[in-house]
Amino acid sequence: MTTAIEVNCTTGEVVERPLTPEELAQSEADAAAFAAAEHEKEVAAAEAATAKAALLTKLGITEDEAKLLLA
Amino acid sequence: MATTFTKIAAVTVGSGGAASIAFTSIPSTYTDLVLKWSGRIDNNNDFFIKFNSSTTNYSGKILYANSGSANSFNGGTDGKYLSGWPDQSANTANVFSNNEIYIPNYGSSNNKSFSVDTVKEDNSTDWFVGLLAGLWSDTTAINAVTLTLVSGSFVQYSTAVLYGIKNS
Repeated sequence: MTTAIEVNCTTGEVVERPLTPEELAQSEADAAAFAAAEHEKEVAAAEAATAKAALLTKLGITEDEAKLLLA
Repeated sequence: MATTFTKIAAVTVGSGGAASIAFTSIPSTYTDLVLKWSGRIDNNNDFFIKFNSSTTNYSGKILYANSGSANSFNGGTDGKYLSGWPDQSANTANVFSNNEIYIPNYGSSNNKSFSVDTVKEDNSTDWFVGLLAGLWSDTTAINAVTLTLVSGSFVQYSTAVLYGIKNS
């Protein structure tokens, strides 16, 4: 069970309670958004790598040769 | 200049872990707040700070260096990345980060700026150090501070200690 810790700084009371349905729903939504953002990053990185490889092929040079050109 | 430094409350996460750590009903009798926390989480997802349970109107810039580079990026409007860094499950087991959040004039009726320093150790080939300037664009006095996660939990032995500082 996922819990939240709350410390009441006035009374000193420490409560460890289960997440509310609203907090669980928010957590699930946040996790889904995080996963989607990570997937987007991976897709973008893969597309960039593919485009880079295609350009090098088109130019007929290697990655090291491209670095040398840009140095 | 702060002249007193008083522990308000402290938490150590137990064996079941905790999805969030909240300090509520913070007395208004101090000038500044300092939250020192040491943490580790059981996944590699994101993390947040919340003032008064608010999830809006945050901004911030994180300057960081790690074993590969030095760079910067922005925190989220929802408080993402503005809490300091926990060690994550991808890091070496049983290693915890160190963080300090300084919140000056937390009871004022102006927007709240805050600063964070963070060190995330890995004890292998990686390390991370960061400095963060944060802003919560809200004029409400801060009476609660929460460290929370996208999902998963702070693991056992993560700790957080809240201090109040008076200027007299």
